[in-house]
Amino acid sequence: MIGAGPRPATSATAPGDGAAAAAPRRITGAQILLESLIREGVDTIFGYPGGANLYVYRHLPSYPQLRHVLVRHEQGAAHAADGYARSRRGSVGVCFATSGPGALNLVTGLGTAFMDSVPVVAITGQVPVGAIGTDSFQESDVIGSTMSVVKHSYLLTRVEDIAPTVKEAFHVARSGRPGPVVIDFPKDLQAEVSEFNYPEGPVRLRSFPPTPEPDPAKLRRIAELIAQAKRPVILAGRGILIAQAEAELLELAHRAHIPVGWTLLGTGAFPLQDPLALQMVGFMGAGYTNKAVCDADVLMMIGMRCDDRVTTRLDSFAPRVEHLIHIDIDPAEIGKNVVPHVSVVADARAALRRLLPMVEPKREHEWLTQIDQWKEEHPVRYVKKPGVLQPQEVLEEMYARCRDEAIVVADVGLNQIWSALWFNYSKPGLFLNSGGLGTMGFAFPASMGVKLANPERTVFCVTGEGGFVMNMQEMATMVENRVDVKVIILNNASLGMVRQFQDDFYDGVRSQVDLTCTPDFVKLGEAFGMKALSTGRSEDVGPMLDEALAHRGPVLLNFDIDPDANVYPIVPLGKGMLDFVEVS
Amino acid sequence: MSQTRLLSVLVENKPGVLNRVASMIRRRGFNIDSLSVGPTEDEAVSRMTIAVHVGRQQAEQATKQLAKLIDVISIDDITGLRSVAHELLLVRMHSPPEKRPEILEVVSIFRGRVVDVAASSLIIEITGSSEKVENFIELMRPYGIKELARSGAVALVRGDRARLSLADLGLNGEGGEESEPAPGLVRIGSVAANTMGDI
Ligand SMILES: Cc1ncc(C[n+]2csc(CCOP(=O)(O)OP(=O)(O)O)c2C)c(N)n1
Repeated sequence: MIGAGPRPATSATAPGDGAAAAAPRRITGAQILLESLIREGVDTIFGYPGGANLYVYRHLPSYPQLRHVLVRHEQGAAHAADGYARSRRGSVGVCFATSGPGALNLVTGLGTAFMDSVPVVAITGQVPVGAIGTDSFQESDVIGSTMSVVKHSYLLTRVEDIAPTVKEAFHVARSGRPGPVVIDFPKDLQAEVSEFNYPEGPVRLRSFPPTPEPDPAKLRRIAELIAQAKRPVILAGRGILIAQAEAELLELAHRAHIPVGWTLLGTGAFPLQDPLALQMVGFMGAGYTNKAVCDADVLMMIGMRCDDRVTTRLDSFAPRVEHLIHIDIDPAEIGKNVVPHVSVVADARAALRRLLPMVEPKREHEWLTQIDQWKEEHPVRYVKKPGVLQPQEVLEEMYARCRDEAIVVADVGLNQIWSALWFNYSKPGLFLNSGGLGTMGFAFPASMGVKLANPERTVFCVTGEGGFVMNMQEMATMVENRVDVKVIILNNASLGMVRQFQDDFYDGVRSQVDLTCTPDFVKLGEAFGMKALSTGRSEDVGPMLDEALAHRGPVLLNFDIDPDANVYPIVPLGKGMLDFVEVS
Repeated sequence: MSQTRLLSVLVENKPGVLNRVASMIRRRGFNIDSLSVGPTEDEAVSRMTIAVHVGRQQAEQATKQLAKLIDVISIDDITGLRSVAHELLLVRMHSPPEKRPEILEVVSIFRGRVVDVAASSLIIEITGSSEKVENFIELMRPYGIKELARSGAVALVRGDRARLSLADLGLNGEGGEESEPAPGLVRIGSVAANTMGDI
């Protein structure tokens, strides 16, 4: 039995205490890893054991301060670690997998974290150093397979490198533009004994600089441009949330009365209930946001990549802009898709803090009146149909119960866009989704990480039935760990977003999108030991949500919604920002 | 308008670095014309000389994406600078005794060397710019090239001052006075100063 052997000589207290400080302790590589994780402030690990990481699991039970969550598929571990890190900002999510198949199962999760700049450290078992390259059992080239979806990766080859590498990996993952890092850990090193000394002081790498301070001359120029602007607009991306710059963003918007829109990943960065709030921008953004962006003379993009879902057809994006301002922490994002007139490479919060004192209060009445008019002309809305439940009815009831504090994790597809467009708080909030890679199956395991990182907050997971079944094995993990997530399945019995695209853009030919043969989710949930409820009637929605919230523990809520409900507005493929089609 | 740009890149001499650099360039859709890598005066640092065929904005992207790789220390876009960029050519020529004098005359004009002599063939070594090497190959073609090997370019900028002195770098970011970077040079840590299209 694991853990039944002699206890390791170490206690779980921080090394360096008392007698241990006198002579560095000699412990195994596996223990060095675990103690290093503790030094990095890790308290939760999502993982799955196998032949190549068994030494690590051999020692894990001796460190009760490390809570290990046994997922049911490694993809779940990567997404859960991602959700953990997204929702407890400043922390790094951690996942474990064995070599070969275990490590490869992490790849989609690492790619998801990479695209959305989420700090995750994945520790993969590897075959012994001497066996690398021999195609030994369960060997795979983890460094090679993950290279394009990680910020950096390390193959350990010497036991004395373990502690410094863990320290460096966490530093790289969380600094600058955050991202996932892989440490590939050969099995023989896990068993090898060495002295444990955790490196002191900050990590300094000549090839990885600290984030630059914002250039004051450029900030002054931005303040001038704001002062001169007649039609200013701000677009906020996930960079605002990562930098925790929501308060600064609010202050800037209020001081100069600048309307604020956001990207899908920036949802939550600015409260929808604020009078200066626009809405999501772009391909499936609100018509009035697109109109504002297209009419703006000064457009300020903060913490965003400005990808094709934001710009739609590139030449249609912000055609009247005279001064395009781009603030981002990653210099490679500046000028990648659109070329700004003024750019600042900096952490969004640092930049906004320095900028604020330079900005004079102002208010462009005409512009704000125009915006309000567009808001009236192009509301984000849906049409109720008697006897058929609309997804927005469910979301309205859910958001009414969020009390500005719940964290909402959405999957990918129609459910994601509806959840984003109806996200409705009076202050900034957390709305999490796989906006960059668009990974179906993300939300459910990620919401598990979110809840474990934020036990005091309500967590809703909104998903389609297609995405849910992609990682539904994690129901077992949820139930086992009593992770109190309320899972809302918006069940339209089809791969809804693909179905809508086929209807609207591919000659109406529906091909391979029918999901009427999905399981009975109530029975399924109950089979896993989860409380489960289902309805297709509007009047049941509120009471069902109340029942779910009153229950302590995970609940699966299936809502049979209108199978023909679509996302609106939408810009037809290949069209421009102002060609959005609205609900009729 | 695309052209071949020459990037002189200093990287940590660690396993897998070549893989990372090549993989990034491929993933971003840039075309490598040639790439050479070798040691420098500091054994912890290697120099890669990369010729990529890209437009100006793409070149900027390539540079910035390279700069993000953790093992990349500096990137110097030396396209158009007064620099020495040399390739090495080894060519095995069919050279029966009656043709040898003609061949050797061309070799001497190109300041090449004969590095191996056999009964009916010679191995010739030429170094120099890519153009020079190409011209030489064209002149040799009629005589019958039996085999050819050609390196990518390695390059340094002309003049007294090193673009980036390794001694200044120090290990792990310590030491080294912060001087204004030469134009086109991205020393990691001063990347921010190098953004495009700004007023
Ligand atoms: C892993 C993965 N495979 C395929 C897709 C392509 N895709 C995007 S949305 C979608 C349909 C999602 O259906 P469902 O989960 O039922 O959600 P709905 O759109 O109906 O809300 C598909 C297949 C994807 N994003 N991710």
